[in-house]
Formats: sequence, C-alpha cells, structure tokens
Amino acid sequence: MMAPSYNAKEEDGHQPGATGHGGAGTMTNKKPDNTAFKQQRLPAWQPILTAGTVLPAFFVIGLIFIPIGVGLFVTSNNIKEFEIDYTGVDMSSPCYNCSQSYSWNNTQSCTCSVHFSLDQPFESNVFMYYGLSNFYQNHRRYVKSRDDSQLNGDKTSLQSPSKECEPYRSSDKPIAPCGAIANSLFNDTLELYYIDPNGSRTAIPLVKKGIAWWTDKHVKFRNPSGNNNLTVVFQGTSKPVNWRKPVFELDPLDSDNNGFINEDFIVWMRTAALPTFRKLYCIIQKKPNNMTPTLPRGEYILEVTYNYPVRSFDGRKRMILSTISWMGGKNPFLGIAYITVGSVCFCLGLVLLSIHYRYGKRNNSAEISS
Amino acid sequence: TDCAGEEYWVDSRTVYIGHKEPPPAAEAYIPQRYPDNRIVSSKYTLWNFIPKNLFEQFRRIANFYFLLIFLVQLIIDTPTSPVTSGLPLFFVITVTAIKQGYEDWLRHKADCSINECPVDMVQQGTVVRTQSSKLRVGDVVMVREDETFPCDLLLLSSSHDDGTCYVTTTSLDGESSHKTYYAVPDTMDFKTEQKVDSLHATIECEQPQPDLYKFVGRINIYKEREDPIARSLGAENLLLRGATLKNTEHIYAVAIYTGMDTKMALNYQSKSQKRSAVEKSMNAFLIVYLCILISKAVINTVLKYAWQWSVDRDEPWYNHRTEIDRERHVVIRAFTDFLAFMVLFNYIIPVSMYVTVEMQKFLGSYFIAWDKDMYDEELGVGAQVNTSDLNEELGQVEYVFTDKTGTLTENNMEFIECCVDGHVYIPHAICNGQILSAEHEDLFFRALCLCHTVQVKEEETVDSIKRGIHLGKPTSFYISSSPDEVALVEGMKRLGYTYLRLKDSHMEILNKDDEIERFELLHVLNFDSVRRRMSVIVKSSSGEYLLFCKGADTSIFPRVVSGKVEQVRAREGLRTLCVAYRSLSPVEYEETCHQLDDAKLALQDREQRLAQAYDLIERDFTLLGATAVEDRLQEKAADTIESLQKAGMKVWVLTGDKMETAAATCYASKLFRRSTQILELTKKRTEEQSLHDVLFDLSRTVLRQRTLSGLSVECQDYGLIIDGATLSAVLKPSPESSGSGNYREIFLEISRNCSAVLCCRMAPLQKAQIVKLIKASKEHPITLAIGDGANDVSMILEAHVGIGIMGKEGRQAARNSDYAIPKFKHLKKMLLVHGHLYYVRIAELVQYFFYKNVCFIFPQFLYQFFCGFSQQPLYDTAYLTLYNISFTSLPILLYSLIEKHISIETLKRDPTLYRDVAKNSLLRWPVFLYWTCLGLFNACIFFFGAYFLFDNTTFTSNGQMFGNWTFGTLVFTVLVFTVTLKLALDTHHWTWINHFVIWGSLLFYVIFSLLWGGIIWPFLNYQRMYYVFMQMLSSGPAWLGIILLITISLLPDVVKKVLCRTLWPTATERAQVGRTAT
Repeated sequence: MMAPSYNAKEEDGHQPGATGHGGAGTMTNKKPDNTAFKQQRLPAWQPILTAGTVLPAFFVIGLIFIPIGVGLFVTSNNIKEFEIDYTGVDMSSPCYNCSQSYSWNNTQSCTCSVHFSLDQPFESNVFMYYGLSNFYQNHRRYVKSRDDSQLNGDKTSLQSPSKECEPYRSSDKPIAPCGAIANSLFNDTLELYYIDPNGSRTAIPLVKKGIAWWTDKHVKFRNPSGNNNLTVVFQGTSKPVNWRKPVFELDPLDSDNNGFINEDFIVWMRTAALPTFRKLYCIIQKKPNNMTPTLPRGEYILEVTYNYPVRSFDGRKRMILSTISWMGGKNPFLGIAYITVGSVCFCLGLVLLSIHYRYGKRNNSAEISS
Repeated sequence: TDCAGEEYWVDSRTVYIGHKEPPPAAEAYIPQRYPDNRIVSSKYTLWNFIPKNLFEQFRRIANFYFLLIFLVQLIIDTPTSPVTSGLPLFFVITVTAIKQGYEDWLRHKADCSINECPVDMVQQGTVVRTQSSKLRVGDVVMVREDETFPCDLLLLSSSHDDGTCYVTTTSLDGESSHKTYYAVPDTMDFKTEQKVDSLHATIECEQPQPDLYKFVGRINIYKEREDPIARSLGAENLLLRGATLKNTEHIYAVAIYTGMDTKMALNYQSKSQKRSAVEKSMNAFLIVYLCILISKAVINTVLKYAWQWSVDRDEPWYNHRTEIDRERHVVIRAFTDFLAFMVLFNYIIPVSMYVTVEMQKFLGSYFIAWDKDMYDEELGVGAQVNTSDLNEELGQVEYVFTDKTGTLTENNMEFIECCVDGHVYIPHAICNGQILSAEHEDLFFRALCLCHTVQVKEEETVDSIKRGIHLGKPTSFYISSSPDEVALVEGMKRLGYTYLRLKDSHMEILNKDDEIERFELLHVLNFDSVRRRMSVIVKSSSGEYLLFCKGADTSIFPRVVSGKVEQVRAREGLRTLCVAYRSLSPVEYEETCHQLDDAKLALQDREQRLAQAYDLIERDFTLLGATAVEDRLQEKAADTIESLQKAGMKVWVLTGDKMETAAATCYASKLFRRSTQILELTKKRTEEQSLHDVLFDLSRTVLRQRTLSGLSVECQDYGLIIDGATLSAVLKPSPESSGSGNYREIFLEISRNCSAVLCCRMAPLQKAQIVKLIKASKEHPITLAIGDGANDVSMILEAHVGIGIMGKEGRQAARNSDYAIPKFKHLKKMLLVHGHLYYVRIAELVQYFFYKNVCFIFPQFLYQFFCGFSQQPLYDTAYLTLYNISFTSLPILLYSLIEKHISIETLKRDPTLYRDVAKNSLLRWPVFLYWTCLGLFNACIFFFGAYFLFDNTTFTSNGQMFGNWTFGTLVFTVLVFTVTLKLALDTHHWTWINHFVIWGSLLFYVIFSLLWGGIIWPFLNYQRMYYVFMQMLSSGPAWLGIILLITISLLPDVVKKVLCRTLWPTATERAQVGRTAT
C-alpha cells in the first residue's frame, strides 16, 4: 500500500537510480490481457528483401526509368537555347567601354549593341533571361535583408522598415523598398532587334507580364493601400540608394506594374539558390499567325543600357534566349540521370538474377537440411 | 563506562517513553530533536517546482548543450532563429517536467493520504486519535489488528499474555508468513492505556539504518525506589513501518524512528545506477558526432575567412555590412562566425534522440510486464520491470550466474530419508513399524522437532492436528522462512513425532505414542548464512538442559567430538543437514546464558559478539544423524539452461550448497553432460597439490584441447567445479609474489574454455566477487545474475543485469533486481525473445537517429560552399524545427517499439539466433561507419541532385525561376521521404499501425508544407515560404527529380541488403527466409 509512494526515482541522468520509471514495476500484478497488441502478435505483413523479391522491382524500375530518361533527354535536346555574355571583359567586346567607365553617379546611361546570330529558328514562346555569375544572392546577410511586411503593403513597415534591412534601412527618410536585395535591383535594359536580310532593324516586342509568380504578384507583394496615386502613398519614403527612379516610377509604360508589384522587382526579390543564376527578363510571344517562327534564324542586335556593375566582384552578365517545354528549360541532367539509374537498375537486376540462381538455391537447401 | 556512555550519544539516540524525563539520578535529560512522522517522498513543492526541476533537467549534459546553443542563438546574430532550437528544447523540457510533475503530484497525494492516516495515541491515560504525521519519537501508540504500523515502533505490550504479536511484512519484503515479535518481559504487563501511561522508561538505541533485520538497543525501566532495569532490545522487538499487525487484538508500542528515519523510508532510496552497453555506444557515437560538428564549424570558419580575403568578396557593393559589424574586431567576428556555424549544424546532435530513447525504453518495458507467457498462475504474478534502462542489455548477455536453490530448483523441500547411526529411515517404510531402537534415535527425532523456528498456523487447534494425523490427511500448517525446516518438521510428523505449538515458551511435541511432551524453549541461536547452522537450548520436563544444533555437514563436523561421522554420506541431489546435540549441566547452562545475555545486551558490535558467543556455545557436539531433503528442479530448468548455452551464454552456477549436491543438480539440469570432462579446483585437490600446480595442470589440459580443436571436429566439453575456499585463494592478492594477478588470469583462462562452471560453497559476497571478476576480465562481457534469496542480492546488484525470482525466500532479491520473474524458465523468453528484440530495436533506433541527422545537416554543410560560407541555412526555420520532432520522429519510435524482425516462435525455437546480436554486433564501429557513410552518400545525392536540377535553368513550363527556398524545400522533401522510406525498408513487421504511422507522417509533412506555404502568416516577419511548396509541386521535373533522387538514395542500401543476405546470410536472415518458405 505504501510502496508505490516511494518510487521517487530520479528522472535525470546523473543521479543514481536515475533509471527508470515506476510504471510497469509497481503495477499491481494481475494477469496480463491476452490481446494481440500486448502479446506482440498483431497480424502483420512481413516482407523480406531477398534477391528473388527485389529482382522484379529492379527490372520494373529499369524498364520505367529508361523510357522516361530517353523522353526527358530528347525533350531537353529539342529545346533551343542561346546564350551571350555581354559583360565586356575583353577589349574587343562591344560593352568594354561601358564596363570600364562605370560609376553610380552617372546620370547618362551607357549603351552598347551586341551582335549575334541564331543558327536555328526559335519556335513558340521564347523566354529571355538575364544571367549573373559570381553574384551571391544567397549570402545570408543578403537573403535576410528585406522586409516582407513592407513589401506586403503594411503601412507601419513602410515608415519604419525592419532592422534586418540595415544598412539599407533609411537614408534620411525610410527607404522603400528597404534592404540589400531591393537596393541591388538589376537595372540593365535589354532590347532585341532583328536584322532583316535587307538590313533594316525590327524591334522585337518584349512582354513583361507573367514573368513573376502569380501568387507573388497578387498576394505576397502589395502596394500600400489607401490611394491609387502611388506618389502619395510612398510619400515620406526615399528610394533605395542605388536606384535612379523611385519605386513607383519603375515602369513608365504600365501603371499597374509600379510600386512593389513591379514584376522585374518581384523576380529580383526571389533570391537565387546558387551564385550563378538566371532570371526571367521577358517573354517573346509567338506570332499570332503561327506561320513564321517567333525568332527566325538570322542576325540580331542586343541593345544594352549598361547600368549594372559586376566587374568589381568578377561577375559576368549574360543574356539567354530559350524555348520552354513542359519540363522547363534545357537541362540534360534529368534525362541522363534517369537513363543511368534505369540501366544501373537493370544491370543490378541481371547480376542479382545470376546470384539468385547460383546462391539462392544453395541457401534454401542449407535451410532445409538444417 | 562514562566514556563509553559519551560515545553513545554520537551514534545512538535516547527515547523517553511518553516524553517523561528520567529520574534525575539516572542520567541527564537531553531533549533531542527528531523529524516528525511526515513522509516526504515528493521531490518538489509548488514553489520550488519550476526552478528545481529546471535545474535538475539542465544538469543533464544533453539538455545543457541545447540550452547553450539556444543562448548562443539569443546572443549572437545567428543564421537560424532561436525558435529552431528553443522550441524543441522547450518541448522536451516541458514534456519531462509534466511527467515529473505528474509523478510528484501522485507522490504528494500518496504522502498526504499516509500522513493524514489516523493513529491512536496514548495521552494522559486515554487513547487520542491524531494524524499519523503528528506522531513524534517517544509517543506511545496503540495499533489494532490489521492496522499498519505508522512508524518504527518498539513493542511494549500486546493483548496476548506472553507479550507476543504477529506481523506480516508483505509490503516490506514480500514474505507473507506471520512473524512473531516479542515485548520485553518487563513491559509486557502494561496492557491498558492507564498502565502504559504510567510506564517510566527510556530507550537507547542506534541511529536509524536501512537494514530491515538489524536493530540494537537497550531499554531502561525506572521503578520507584528500585534500581533501573536494563534489557536488551533486538530486531525481534521492533515493529517496522509498513508491516501489518495480524492475529493480535491490539498492541502498545512506542515510536522510535519516525518519518524519513524509518527503515522503510531509508530502504526505498534509489540504488542501482546501471548503464547499458547500448548507452555506452551511444555516448561514444555522440562524441564522434560532436567532433564532426566542431570540425565542420572550424573548417567552414577557416574557409570563410580564406574565401572573403578580398574585400570584393567580403563586401561587394550590393551587400555591405552594417557599421557596427564592420567595427568589430576580426577575432570576435571569427569567433561569432564559429558559433554561428555551430548553431547551424547543431541539429546533427538531435535533442529528440534522448527523448525518443527514453520513451522507447519506458513504453517498451510494458511489453515485458504484459507478457502472459511470463505470468505464473500459481503465484499470480507476472514479470516485473524495476528499471527500463536495461531492456536491450537482456539481448547482450554472455555470462549467466545463477543461484541454485530456489532458482534452478523449486525450493520446495521434501523430506526423503534420515540416517541415525548408520541406519537409514524412509518415512513410508517406517509406517510399517520397523523402527529399530537405536541409541540416539529418540533424541534425533526430538531434536528435529525442537530445533527450528517453524510456526504453527493459529487457526489449527491441537485437536484438529491430532485428527489430521489419524485421518492421514496431509495437512500443511507449518510456516517458516526456510522451506527445509518445514520439510523436516513435516517429515518428522510422518515418522510419528508431531510438533504441535509453542505455548508459554514451551514447545509441545506429540510423540508416536500420542503423548504430549513439553520442552521449555530457553534460547534460539538463529540461523545465519555465515555459520550455516542454528541451535536451540531447551529444558526437558525432566529438567535436563539440551542444546540441539542442526546445520550443513561442514559446519557441524568440525565441532563434533563423538558420533559416527563417516556414516553420514551425501546422497546425489539431496540436501544434507546434520543434527547434533550436547547436554549441558546447570553450571554450563548458566555460563551459556551469561554469554548470550552479555552479547545481546551489547549496544555496539552486537553481531560480532553474538557470533563469538555462538562459537563458544556450539561445540563439543555429539552427532546424532543426518537428514536428506530433496529439492526438485524447477520446471523446464534443463531446457532453459540448454537454450541459454546454445545461445552462446556461459552458465555458471553459484551456490552455497556443497559440491556433491550442487554437482548433482548441474547434471540434472544438463549443465554438465555425460560427455563433459569435469575439472575440479577444490580444497580437497589443493590440499594434495599446491594451488599453483593445480591451476597450471588444468590450464594445460584446457589449452591442449584448444590447440587440437582446430583439427578435431568434435571438441571436448569441459566443466569446472570450484569451491569457495579455493576461490578466495585464487583471488587473494599475495604480496610476496606477482603471481596473484597471474592466478586470476589463469583461472579466467580456464573458465573461459569451460562450457559450464559450478562454484559451490560460496558466501554471498563471494558470489558478487565472481561476477565482478568476470565483469572486469579483458573482454568485458555482459553479465547477468539471477537469484531468489537475500544471499543473491549482492550478485544481482553487481551484475550488469540483475534478475530476481519471486520465490519462496521472500522478495528481497526481486526488490533489488532490475527485472523480476516468477520462474527460472521465464529467463528463456526474457533473454532470447525480449532481449533480442529490444536490442535490435534500440540498435536501429540509435543508428537511424544519427543517420537521419547526417542526411539532414550535411546538405546544409555543402550549401555553405555555394553561398560564400555565410551560414545561410538551406531549409526554412519551420523545417529545421520540426524535422526531428514531428516529421521523422514517430515512425522510428513506433519501429523501436513494435518491430519484430523475426517471429517470437522462431526466436524461442532457435536459441542460436541470439549469437547474431551478441557482443553489441549492431552497434559496432563498422556498422556505425556504414550508417554514417550511407547518410553522407544520401546527403550528397540530395544536395547535388538538386544542384544539377537547378543548374542555371528553369524547370517550370512557364519559364519562371525558382529561388533558394525552393531549392531547400526540394532537398528537404527528398530528405524526409528518403529517411522515412529507408525505415520502411528496414521494417520487417508491418502491422496496421506501421502503415498508419509511416504513410501518415509523410502525409503530415505534405499537408503541413501545403499549409505552411498556403497563407501569409500574419505574425511572422518573413513570408519566404509562401507558395514555395505548391510551386514546386506544380512542376513536372521537380516530381521526376524527387522520385529519381529518392530511388538513387535508397538503391545502395537495398543492394547491400540483398547481396549480404544472399552471399553471407546470418542465421537470423536464414530463419526469416525459412519462415516464409514454410
């Protein structure tokens, strides 16, 4: 009757007798229930991984993976991709001058034209990316240097941004949008011209709509509400230090693409995973008549308004044109990996098959004899 | 004597009965302060619970480590929010605190009900009812029948005229027999409240000590105008708290020890601190991981500073430091970075592992208690788990040390025969009236009827006993703590001499002529395991003083002066007791009385002085004869021993019994077979040859066999017999030569090569010594000791695993054991089934925990190489926090509770399977390395798979790009699925619960991720995960990538498993296949 009250056993690990519990030990000893659970006899499926059972799985995996891999590989190979580096590192490259004469305070922008030619026509929608190398968007100090509630349209955060934004938090007035990410918004302008065989330049229409995630554009990023006039809304804030225009004048052409919901801005704010990355710049939509390819083969000029300095940290800037399939851009990795894994599985299946025949029998007979 | 008196005050206490001061002449009244009778088993009060509990929890090294990490996170600017380690820590601490709080609350409740229990106290000649907790030392209490004693009491008087009372101590030591306690003759007449109130006496006694069976004290009774009378007090006067009064109307007693001073309270303090081998491995692995953690952090810190040597990398124009940061000294910055890396990688040592392991042990032990195969109908008890810390150790046992009597054998004695002067009497034969009138025959039978401490059940009346005898009914109405005595007394009954009762200190015997003979019982020289004999001094009706002694032959023979010693021979398998007597002249008797009283009155070293007195009294015997009592083997004892030996365990029998009897039991229990060559290392042999030669002889025999066994198919089976005397010679450190360690080594070498060892004539402490010797030998084998009696307690406490048998010799062994089982045969299931399963379960649990955290953290380490060593976490905070406490915790916990890689029947049928897990085989370094490498491989697959998938391209069909959080989520998704499926691959026993938990936890991950990314969380200052998971799932290549990476990660493990199983199958794996084949 009194014994249980003395089971004052220590529960921490150092004390002598730290061990344990009073539970089972002090239970009044009555006949245990004969239930399947308590007697550890629950009905169960008892699979065993033997060569015999695993064999079919390996063959099946092989047979499924190889076709998928081939499919992915072919799809990836059909994707057309063109990439050009316009950083201007070489003396010979057209943007060399712009890259040399760079300063943030320049009021007039430096432009350069890069000539290139496409060997193959690009069908369907073509996606234009800008790529940066050696740019650490995933640096911790950088990644956290933003204020999501400010970007979500919160008015208090607009006036007093988060501490995380330091040292891009305020100049004399609070900065909107604050933080290192926003401050370093990619601000080169890229324009594409097709050179007709007769020598005339045709500007190719670049569409900026749909380059950011829909949910980002419509839910995560919000302009502060209250007034349709963004100039009034953003009163009392200053533009990021490196910006030339305030946030509400980012897109002079489309008034719905200004403020925090500017798609270029949203795209930039999604920090890349790796130091070499690309970001969607715009979409070149396929021609409505569908007779001519979106980008026919031939000569092109890329007009660059060169604003973004990358030479100081040994970075590179690229322009990429790519078509897209259901599986995204050109990436042979997935196809090759699938084919490899599929074949490995298949081969392992064969190896196991031979092992199964040579040793499996022996083991079974040994089992029977013992 | 004054000086001696001075000494007493230090370690003895004086109790003033009824708080009455002694007469001024006697001694100085020194009021002493004692604790009240409040029992406090609870650890906390409402006020100190939080600080005290927190303090106790943080004394634990793991908790302290996590607290440090948490504090570091609070102080420095760390990559992960303090929540990630704070929340799991808080969770663990809270769960533990709630559990401990609940237990403490239960204890408070129990304490309260005990402390408020009503007690009858005698005050000013009347009985007053008060609460138990108000009782103080010196109070006189009245206890009625079937009431429990509220504290340790000294019996003053009882309703019985002879001043005795009956008590059961079931709740203390499990012995259900009624024990008799005695009042001091001088106080036993104080039988009413008024009288007892007039008693004027003081008691001197020792300070509280936990031994239940020891008490020394002295009572001084003061009477008006008379010298005070001093009487000695012993354990037979002390009523212990927790015991219950039986068959006695009421008693008066005085409180001696109260509250936490009572023997019961002193006894329930925690005792064992055993750590299992698995736990030791786990700690070793933890240290390895701690080293990995620190080196990871150091490597990254160094690389970071190497990498950002140039300012353009350290602070490119787009990513400036703050002014404050810039002004910091570089050393401080480097140190902060080091700490930040530590924080980033600290999850490699998972806080949840300890909780999971503890829960596994705690919950898992219920299966032992629930096992109906280990339930004994007869006793009505099942297996008991006293500590759950050693569950897996049951699967690691290499040496089994078992007691013989009561463990291997029933301890259900049956009188077989007796031998008087060389004539053998067998009960059935005698019924025919063939008794030869031998010289000592009458005396022999009387001696056996008198020399014992058997009690007669009160319900039986003398008449009914007589009737029983005449009707030939086998009435069993004798109770004793020693089954031998009952067997002997019952055997005597069948031979015509019936012990009737002890009345007014007269023992009554019904002799074969149906006459009642009365002997006055003068002294009982109780049995103890050192002397191995007991004696009584009686006065026959003719006024003759007789000393009867009975005991083991070795303890009697040296004291015998006449009698036919050579006639008494041990019979195989029978327990022999010799009976001797000495008649005392009145002068001798007086002297004896004097010696005994002197010793009994002594306050200090009473034990020793009593032993000396006994030694002087028990001598010059005349041998009467010997009795043989059989102790049958326990059911399935032989089968159990055979299974244990097949399982690779070495079984040693340690017994106090003599060699012949013990050897017979060993043969009967198949410990020794006919083919076994017996090596003897006994006193007899060492008398002929020196110990040195014997040892070298034996070792040569054994070693020759070993060198030959390489060639011969059948190797010779050796059995060793060693006795206590030789053992102590082997173990005795001899100062003159360095050979002592040598002997030890040679002995170990011999015993290592023997399949069975029998140690006979062992004292209790020697049993523990043997266990210790084997434990400390160079292989450090795991030992198990099993026994049922108080003499096995020392070895039970010494061995790695102590198992108590809830047998007839009380519950002391069971109480001190780690596990208690009703019968020896249950050991088979305990070890072969439960031990094996628990070991496999916990080994997987430990390895899997390390594995899944390598998988978890190593990608984060790799990511540092791609983010400029900036401590950017790969995963979102929620994932970091919940990975160990919810996404991957339940499946492994469940696995470790109900996994059954092989059926219970197979385990029982084939004991050799136990060898597969012997020597910690699943937690050895190669296995650990394999798991760690598998973890590293998987981590690389996760990370680089995602890396190549993300490599400078998009994988959506609308051309949009994913960011770093999608990258991390992809890795994390593959991670959660891989580690869960890895466990699914390891599961051999899929019940519906397994399906539910494994698929449920994966589903939970998906649902959680959908929810976590599904809304803008209003109270968070970041929304980085918003729609990340959904966007990822909307991309076909992400799905294909996840499937591919999971497949690659699991592939090597599957291949390894299949190949190992096919090419080098273990016995277990063969048995698994066999199971499916049949």
